Amino acid sequence: MQPAPLSAVVLDTAHEVATPEGIDIELRPAGPVARASAWLVDLLIRAGILLLIALVAGALGKFGSAVMLLSLFFLEWLFPAWCEVHWNGATPGKKALGLVVVHDDGTPVRWPAALTRNLLRAVDFLPMLYLFGFAAMSANRDFKRLGDFAAGTLVVYRPAPGGSHNVPLAPAIAPALALSLAEQRAVLDFAERSIALTPERAAELAEIAQPLTGGARDAAATERLIGVANHLLGRP
Amino acid sequence: MKQAAFEAVHESDWQEFERLLGDDKATAPGNVDFPRLYRRICQQLALARDRAYGPGLVDRLNALALRGHRVLYGADGIRRNQLAEFFLRQLPRVVREELRLVLAAAALFFGPLALVALALQVYPDFVGYLLEPRQIADFQQMYDPANPRPGMREADSNVVMFAYYIWNNVKIGFQTFASGMLFGLGTIFYLVLNGLRIGAAAGYLTHIGFGVPFWSFVAGHSAPELSAIVLSGAAGLRLGAALVAPGRLTRRAALAAAARRAVQLVYGAAALFTLAAFIEAFWSPLQLLPPQTKYAVGAALWAALIAYLALPGRHRAR
Repeated sequence: MQPAPLSAVVLDTAHEVATPEGIDIELRPAGPVARASAWLVDLLIRAGILLLIALVAGALGKFGSAVMLLSLFFLEWLFPAWCEVHWNGATPGKKALGLVVVHDDGTPVRWPAALTRNLLRAVDFLPMLYLFGFAAMSANRDFKRLGDFAAGTLVVYRPAPGGSHNVPLAPAIAPALALSLAEQRAVLDFAERSIALTPERAAELAEIAQPLTGGARDAAATERLIGVANHLLGRP
Repeated sequence: MKQAAFEAVHESDWQEFERLLGDDKATAPGNVDFPRLYRRICQQLALARDRAYGPGLVDRLNALALRGHRVLYGADGIRRNQLAEFFLRQLPRVVREELRLVLAAAALFFGPLALVALALQVYPDFVGYLLEPRQIADFQQMYDPANPRPGMREADSNVVMFAYYIWNNVKIGFQTFASGMLFGLGTIFYLVLNGLRIGAAAGYLTHIGFGVPFWSFVAGHSAPELSAIVLSGAAGLRLGAALVAPGRLTRRAALAAAARRAVQLVYGAAALFTLAAFIEAFWSPLQLLPPQTKYAVGAALWAALIAYLALPGRHRAR
């Protein structure tokens, strides 16, 4: 048995998909706040489209009210599903928030699932303002609303293309003791995040790894730990 | 192998894969370079995780593998005429396989409908409990034998009515389906409610002697519209049944499996609703034809519908 990777030990919402190649791909399910924001953006966009159609339809008399009723129907029931199938798994709101709808196995969503989850929106909305949907999302670790359960879909963050890793360059320092894989991973994790932290917070964290920093304080502790990370990466 | 050396060796693979991901031709089915490189990325991701390389590198490989997985396993493959295949064979098949639920939905809908329609012949005042006075007045105006265009109020035009039927009736169908998530109770509620409403209108108008304009108006679209309501109901009951009696599956798995079948019934219902809206808006109000012709067309459509649901797709396509 390999030691569990650290990411499996810490609190995490990652959803793992086993692929036929024998690996697990990690998906990051999106929580209620991101999804509610996406819904709000969609609502505004749909209202905007309706307003435009209403302006045009108003000039068309009776035919205009037919156009209006059909637009209402399509925008309310079919537009989100259509976007999810034909627009890389995202409605405009989801796209703006960097979200994407996928099947449970990570593949792009198709018509049956997209239609199911968007029709069942009617139940998630009950009794008012998506209370059922919110309750369901709060009760499972994949943040699925009822429609997602039935359709077998997930709303996840779109993986950033490219992706970079940036442990700051520093002279390598060999650690004073052998590190387990989980410990090595923690040091690398720290080194990558150190750029985003304030110097004070970085030092505070670095000082915790006292056996590695040799009791150095403040910026010196950060520097030493980044040196160890450079050694682990195999840099000179 | 240290991470820096690993990166130096494989960086070209990653850049090549990134390039392929942005290229529709390179990821088309049948192109072997893409799956080959994808499998290599998968192996490198497994190695990188196992060796506890930095999270930045693991995330990058994970993102590459994920995008490759989406392209490879989300590919449409080569399936033609899916839509035709669905309506010519698959839909009747699903309806027959779910016959018990279809019959249950039909009973929940037609039962109250017939009961109320008959009861109103004996106790006509009962209509006051089922319809609002305003609705009764509307129906009276619409189906008055003196109205030159039965089924429509004065200001309505065919196109507007078509749009209205789509907007209103398909919505009712979708609601009937979706509320099956409430352990089937919502579906039962909508089926019975719509049965009562339609039965009340039919019974009341027949009783006050407006039967001919009413029945000749509804005959044409009755087959597609009423069967669409029943199919929506069957789809909703399918969801509810999975939640009430999941069998040997977990409720979650049973629901997902039920939804995959139910949504096919919803496709069928939506198509029938659309057909019904066309007939109701453009054929049913026609005044030139004698009622007998309209009854005959209505009966023919019922026969055609039953034949369509009963016969095609009995043999597997070769």
